Amino acid sequence: MKQTPSQTVGPYFAYSLTPEQYLYDFKSYADSVMVNPLENPDTITITGKVFDGAGVPIPDAMIEVWQSDHQNQLFGRCGTGTLADNRFVFYTTKPTSVNGQAPYLSVIIFMRGQLIHTYTRIYFEDEVTLNETDEVLNSVPSDRKHTLIATKNGNSYEFNIIMQGEKETVFFDI
Amino acid sequence: MSQIIYNSFDREVHPPYLSPDYQSTVLRAPSKPLMVLKQSLSELTGPVFGDFNLGEFDNDLTKNALKNGQPLGERIVVHGKVMNENGQPIPNTLIEIWQANAAGRYIHKVDQHDAPLDPNFLGAGRCITDSEGNYKFYTIKPGAYPWGNHHNAWRPNHIHFSLFGANITNRLVTQMYFPGDPLLQYDPIFLGVPPKGRDLLISAFDLSLTEPSFALGYRFNFVLRGHNATPFERQ
Ligand SMILES: [Fe+2]
Repeated sequence: MKQTPSQTVGPYFAYSLTPEQYLYDFKSYADSVMVNPLENPDTITITGKVFDGAGVPIPDAMIEVWQSDHQNQLFGRCGTGTLADNRFVFYTTKPTSVNGQAPYLSVIIFMRGQLIHTYTRIYFEDEVTLNETDEVLNSVPSDRKHTLIATKNGNSYEFNIIMQGEKETVFFDI
Repeated sequence: MSQIIYNSFDREVHPPYLSPDYQSTVLRAPSKPLMVLKQSLSELTGPVFGDFNLGEFDNDLTKNALKNGQPLGERIVVHGKVMNENGQPIPNTLIEIWQANAAGRYIHKVDQHDAPLDPNFLGAGRCITDSEGNYKFYTIKPGAYPWGNHHNAWRPNHIHFSLFGANITNRLVTQMYFPGDPLLQYDPIFLGVPPKGRDLLISAFDLSLTEPSFALGYRFNFVLRGHNATPFERQ
């Protein structure tokens, strides 16, 4: 049987997919608080913006992250339409290495203007040793590898997504 | 243990990133080729939805936002099954939907189309497929609405669907259209799908699903990416 074709998420997803974040009267299935910071002293934040080909932050993207290692299975979802500068922010714990791979989160990106979603990954700047030997990171052209690595600032990691152009983020065909 | 590899997107039916008639794709489509990724644990797993407490009327948009009466418009019931490419049902798939009201207006704050909101209609719902992969929504047939893509651009009637199957390779966001809609031939979002895929996005009117004196019935099935092997069986 043929796969059902994808269509864009469009500009109006928020009241169904991220309703509480956007203050609609409908319970959210998922949000960006993947672990409770009050109960987890090792909570990290991962924040960033999504840029279009003209370098403008995209105000109507939806980012999903999936963290699956031997300790945790955590899912997060955040729209870029409510925070200052059209940021997304996730609260989670740092993923751990699986089978010697560098730790990462899987990312799924949706937006108006994308008829089909994109996949990328978030790796971590402070995992120098594992990043150096990681099979996936090493399969990426060396001058684009940094687009997959979040930069660290205390307990916060910055990860920007650039949809198009010279500095384009690496997207995966999975 | 056999290695399960999920199939790729079938590019014969999925739209490309860049589709210039749909103007917003021009600055948002990746310009470099995608990197092929060997699937590992995070691709072969996904969130489990069984523990989410669905609200009583989450799959009934005619009842889940009542304030002072009934929503206006034509009541419909949409039935369907979620399957993989081998036709096997996919249970426990989270399905989330959103749509315009009967007048073609979304409740989203960004939608400024000059058509009335309906105080008794939110336009959002969700459900989880049963053990046979089946789902059902009651709703109101959404109206067509104008958009700014080009002169006199109108979106055909549609319901937005988001599906999350067993893992992240199964993720699908799409739109369900209605049979015979004259706007389909002019819609660059629908036409962004290659010709082979277009009919797969059009629901079928079904008299056997139609509920007498209550709601017109439509059927819309989903096929998500399958895999190369039957799941590993413990020995
Ligand atoms: Fe729409």
